[in-house]
Amino acid sequence: MSKIVKLKKGFDLKLVGKAPLELIQAASATTFAIKPTDFPGIQRPKVLVNEGDTVKAGTPILLDKAMDQVIYASPVSGEIVEIKRGDKRKLLEIKILADSSVLHENVGALDLGQDRASLAAKLAASGVWPNIIQRPFGIVANPADSPKAIFVSGFDTHPLAAEVPFILQGEARYFQAGIDALAKLTTGKVHLNVDGAKQVPEVFAGIKNAQVNQFSGPHPAGNVGTQIHHLDPINKGDIAWTVSAYGVSQIGKFVLEGIYDASKVIALTGSEMSQKGYVKTYTGANVSTFLGGIAQPETLRIISGNVLTGEKIEKDGYLGFYHNQVTVIPEGKYEEFLGWLKPSASKLSFHKALGMFSFLKGGEFKVDTNTHGEERPFVVSGVFEKVMPMDILPTYLFKAIVTEDFDEMEELGLYEVIEEDVALCEFVDPSKNELQELVRHGIELLMYN
Amino acid sequence: MKPNFEKGGKWEKFHTLYEGHRTIAFAPDLITKSKGAQIKDATDLKRVMITVVIAMIPALLFGILNIGHQHFIATGAEGTFLDKAIFGALSVLPILIVSYAVGLATEFTFCVIRNHPISEGYLVTGMLIALVMPPFIPLWQVALATIFAVVIGKEVFGGTGMNILNVAMTARAFLYFAYPAQISGDLVWTYLGDKTAVDGFSGATALAVAYNSSIDGTPVVEALSTHNAAMGADYSFMSMFMGWIPGSIGETSTLMALVGAVILVATGVASWKIIVGGFGGAYIMGLVMNALAVNEYMAMPAEYHLVMGGLAFGVVFMATDPVSAAQTELGKWIYGILIGVFTVIIRVTNPAYPEGIMLAVLFMNVVAPLIDHYVVKANKTRRLQRATV
Repeated sequence: MSKIVKLKKGFDLKLVGKAPLELIQAASATTFAIKPTDFPGIQRPKVLVNEGDTVKAGTPILLDKAMDQVIYASPVSGEIVEIKRGDKRKLLEIKILADSSVLHENVGALDLGQDRASLAAKLAASGVWPNIIQRPFGIVANPADSPKAIFVSGFDTHPLAAEVPFILQGEARYFQAGIDALAKLTTGKVHLNVDGAKQVPEVFAGIKNAQVNQFSGPHPAGNVGTQIHHLDPINKGDIAWTVSAYGVSQIGKFVLEGIYDASKVIALTGSEMSQKGYVKTYTGANVSTFLGGIAQPETLRIISGNVLTGEKIEKDGYLGFYHNQVTVIPEGKYEEFLGWLKPSASKLSFHKALGMFSFLKGGEFKVDTNTHGEERPFVVSGVFEKVMPMDILPTYLFKAIVTEDFDEMEELGLYEVIEEDVALCEFVDPSKNELQELVRHGIELLMYN
Repeated sequence: MKPNFEKGGKWEKFHTLYEGHRTIAFAPDLITKSKGAQIKDATDLKRVMITVVIAMIPALLFGILNIGHQHFIATGAEGTFLDKAIFGALSVLPILIVSYAVGLATEFTFCVIRNHPISEGYLVTGMLIALVMPPFIPLWQVALATIFAVVIGKEVFGGTGMNILNVAMTARAFLYFAYPAQISGDLVWTYLGDKTAVDGFSGATALAVAYNSSIDGTPVVEALSTHNAAMGADYSFMSMFMGWIPGSIGETSTLMALVGAVILVATGVASWKIIVGGFGGAYIMGLVMNALAVNEYMAMPAEYHLVMGGLAFGVVFMATDPVSAAQTELGKWIYGILIGVFTVIIRVTNPAYPEGIMLAVLFMNVVAPLIDHYVVKANKTRRLQRATV
């Protein structure tokens, strides 16, 4: 039975710098990187290659010794040029200099008739597996688990997010194959959740082997965590998996063609991005080629991902594994005379406190990275609740994490959220607390204790 | 100047003070971290707090005018609008200045000792303390109450955001129990100065008049209408709604409290559930009292409760303090309604406390975590029940 869910709570951040729906021809990136820090669950990363080795797309280059069936593969063919480590030899990046044309490891098409365990093992060894995320905790799934359901969000409501139907154009065949493979892996259903406010896009039309649900409302309606909460919520002991729509299609391509194809279409967005649009590249691409024409990148914040959940990268940094968007906005390192008091309609705010007239002004807002205030204890109540479309009491959950009260964390729903689910809370918080970091801290407490 | 206050600088100890003042002039140049939300909402706690202060300004200005007005009624002299305003300002501004100066000094001392940033909470508290004082309270008592409230009411719990009781109500309660002569009775609400009151004048507040009528058996509305009528005072419903009655500086005008409520609710700073619950609870309890009436006070029309004393001011500005109020949405309803209910119960049934709102708010501050506990527990139970299905 497909479900229709209409959400009211939340907040759409309408920002300047949306990417027009057109593919632009940018010079292709020459170096690519796998960053173990993109995968929060990795405990003991081990590099499987040395500097100077040549690899193909799909060659294993990294694994987690704590879950060594799952490999992390090279997105392109080429040469390993650098294995970058930080303090205490923490593994930061494995950089690959790409060949001009990409060669793939090919294991041949997959037979979906085989049993679940061997199918999971083949996917785990292919490079596509890290697309599968386990809830609770938001970590790469363990192939040995059988999840109660698998959830795929077919749309992205994050600010300036890439349009899923656009980036998956012409991938319908692969997407269906991916859904078929996932359906084998779960004891329950595969849920495909589409934007209820729009027509079902071509790539999802007539999809089989999945329950198609419609979600509508402001962000975070497109977050898979929100969707799970309304479809089949996660309780203590449950395991569910989530896969991005892009990940499903990548899995499907492996199933049909036997290759790990890390090519992806990403959106170039943000008010300071010189050339906005979509560009075709590979996972882990160096972003510097996309930033051509930007005069002074030092004064700007280059973000892999979106402005709510993304990560700051350098101007020659690399796209995160799960990201399909680069956002460029101004840095906000300035003092503003009476900035806390001046009335303004051009500053984006969820609140309507004195002088904040942004709610009256429609249209798009230009934002920067200024925090607009200092960190404070929680004072105002009821704000988080307005942007959290789940039956969860965010303030109490956060306080439980701050006090490291394990029972409370469990009972108040920490199994149901990861960073992206509280990103809006972090944005609207007038006390400027780092709530995403806090939630990850709480998750780590639950995972490792 | 800045380097002197940074680590290793000459005045390193006073870093929090420096930052606290600098960020008033300039919003700080802080930027978001590399992970997590890259942008933040343009509203911060300073803006939230100043919104509350602005919402109290109508009550403050009216309070200043009304104090002058009451003085001229009591002394039987003629006074122009300007005379009244100047007289009122001369009595109110010193209280306001003492409240802010002493409170901020206390706050700064704690910030330096404990090395935590100066929080904006006192912007609101300082104004609230002044507005709940009788107009002619000795200034040293204001200072003492402020210190007590900030230290015992707030800082011992860890500062802004951690307190259990509303800080301004704590200040008032302190004075009420420590110096009852200066904050209760009929003589403290109107200042005569070197003049004498006209014959037959009584400084009783509307609540005191209502209470007395339960003893002598006159219907309350009648007692109010004849009270000081000879001097031109008017204790009619409309006049009490407007606030032309004796009382604490900011509490008399229901209208000005409602103006504040509109500002607070429209800006989303205060919970409308608490405000509606507070007025609703008082009105319903008033009706219950009517139904059970055994004396004239109990039989007083229920709507009179809403305009007398400090109910409106307390419900709008005190009960809605987000730190000491209930924090769950259902909890806010319960909390607000019970404040209204208890205020009326205390007023009508307890002769020792003519005004109930102070004790009702403080009592509900204490109970609020318990209300929240059960609301939170219901949420947990829903989650657990889901698991077994």
